Amino acid sequence: MTDLAIAANGLRKSYGDKTVLDGVDLAVPEGTIFSLLGPNGAGKTTAVKILSTLITADGGQAQVAGHDLSTDPRSVRAAIGVTGQFSAVDGLITGEENMLLMADLHHLPTREGRRIAAELLERFDLTDAAGKPASTYSGGMKRRLDIAMTLVGDPSIIFLDEPTTGLDPRARHNLWQIIRELVTGGVTVFLTTQYLEEADQLADRIAVLHHGTLAAEGTPDQLKRLIPGGHIRLRFTEPAAYRDAAATLIDTTRDDDSLTLRLAGDGSQRHLRTTLDRLDAAGIEADELTVHTPDLDDVFFALTGGTAAGIPDQPKENAR
Amino acid sequence: MSSLSLALRDSSTMLRRNLLHARRYPSLTLNLLLTPIMLLLLFVYVFGDTMSAGISGGGPDRSAYIAFVVPGLLLMTIGSTTVGTAVSVSNDMTEGIIARFRTMAIHRGSVLIGHVLGSVLQAVASVVLVGAVGVAIGFRSTDATVLEWLAAFGLLVLFATALTWIAVGMGLVSPNAEAASNNAMPLILLPLLSSTFVPLDAMPGWFQPIAEYQPFTPAIETLRGLLLGTEIGHNGWLALAWCLGLAVLGYFWSTSKFDGDPR
Repeated sequence: MTDLAIAANGLRKSYGDKTVLDGVDLAVPEGTIFSLLGPNGAGKTTAVKILSTLITADGGQAQVAGHDLSTDPRSVRAAIGVTGQFSAVDGLITGEENMLLMADLHHLPTREGRRIAAELLERFDLTDAAGKPASTYSGGMKRRLDIAMTLVGDPSIIFLDEPTTGLDPRARHNLWQIIRELVTGGVTVFLTTQYLEEADQLADRIAVLHHGTLAAEGTPDQLKRLIPGGHIRLRFTEPAAYRDAAATLIDTTRDDDSLTLRLAGDGSQRHLRTTLDRLDAAGIEADELTVHTPDLDDVFFALTGGTAAGIPDQPKENAR
Repeated sequence: MSSLSLALRDSSTMLRRNLLHARRYPSLTLNLLLTPIMLLLLFVYVFGDTMSAGISGGGPDRSAYIAFVVPGLLLMTIGSTTVGTAVSVSNDMTEGIIARFRTMAIHRGSVLIGHVLGSVLQAVASVVLVGAVGVAIGFRSTDATVLEWLAAFGLLVLFATALTWIAVGMGLVSPNAEAASNNAMPLILLPLLSSTFVPLDAMPGWFQPIAEYQPFTPAIETLRGLLLGTEIGHNGWLALAWCLGLAVLGYFWSTSKFDGDPR
């Protein structure tokens, strides 16, 4: 077993009588991407704040990079880099000055600091804007600068709290690429996100946080297997064919407006063949057939009790 | 790296950051300078004759009043600029960058020390500016020795340091810039209630204790003594005690606020 970059046991945090974290256990192996998913207010940011030494937990214990959070926060800080949910750049100074500030605070020699700052500005496509005050940057540029600043100290564990919020699709994919490169280089990434696709794309392991406790934890595939969300969708243009199909097939959900039928199932080959055989036997031709396997959206909604998309007899598309 | 050299290095980095802020956005500091300069001109050119006649009991003597009022206004300048400190600390604390600093292995106090050093330098620069206006309209301190000049400078720096630490604490407990500005009001009001414009014994008896038992009056009397050769008496020690007391209080107040979990 590899060493754990982050190991937490029974983390608790309350604000007044509102319990935000109610006994959270986490284990993140070194060199992996771990994603914490959860609806807004689930406690994701609080977990990041505790693990990055910004706030202290009310209970529980945690080691980050092998150092105890409560007894040796300084060693933890030396090993981590944090990009919080709200832009952690100094808006009054330029992008380059922000980078050099980080280099100074990491006690890099001047020349090396300048080199690293220039490299990272280039890598995050900020070279042209480097001389402008950070307050004039767009949301996406601020976020890129924020992450570039996090990387100045060459951290071995990086916390990214909703890092792609507010980024356009291209910038998001660029950032995903950078995160993958970092992990290839041995860095551990602890990521919170509201984009399920992002967790699915990046994470080795995912934990779903709900009401301050972990509702589920595992690889993306393990989580998808947890709930039955698979179905076949048949769309028709001819109302007659649609009615025939609805009469022929069992266990369907009808959507009369769009002439669409939905068949609950596991999305397996056998289920698909049975369905097609029945349609053939009745001489019915669908205009469009799609097979839907459960994705993280289904898992997410099922586990967090959202708009019950995991339950097969409700049209999930309307829930999004 | 030893903790002392870490503290020095990180504090000087933070000082550079604060000076950069002040250089890019000087409007806050300059606006705060308007009050003491305006009061100086108002009291000298508009009220000057009446004030001096009232104080000396003799005829109007504007140049004597300039000499009387300038030391108090120099200290008031420090009070004004530290309001800027409270505002900028409060602003800074709402920025994400402070959260970043807290998660970095830097000297914890350097964020505040950077603010204090930057503010003291700004306060000294402001005092020089207001002093220059004073000299331009006729303030002279030619009888003072070099040693007295140095002592006067030392007092201004010490006073600025003390008020700045208090202002940093006020900035830390204020949720936003408006609140910080309000909370720091006493730093502007106290010099108005001191011996800046009239001597203590010219005030009504019930008011004298209010003017006497506060940091500005002993500091003003000491500065007057050093620059103009008037009687200092026990005011020197009192001013020193006020400065050290406020600095220590402000330091522990600010650092304990900053070391806790962010709000």
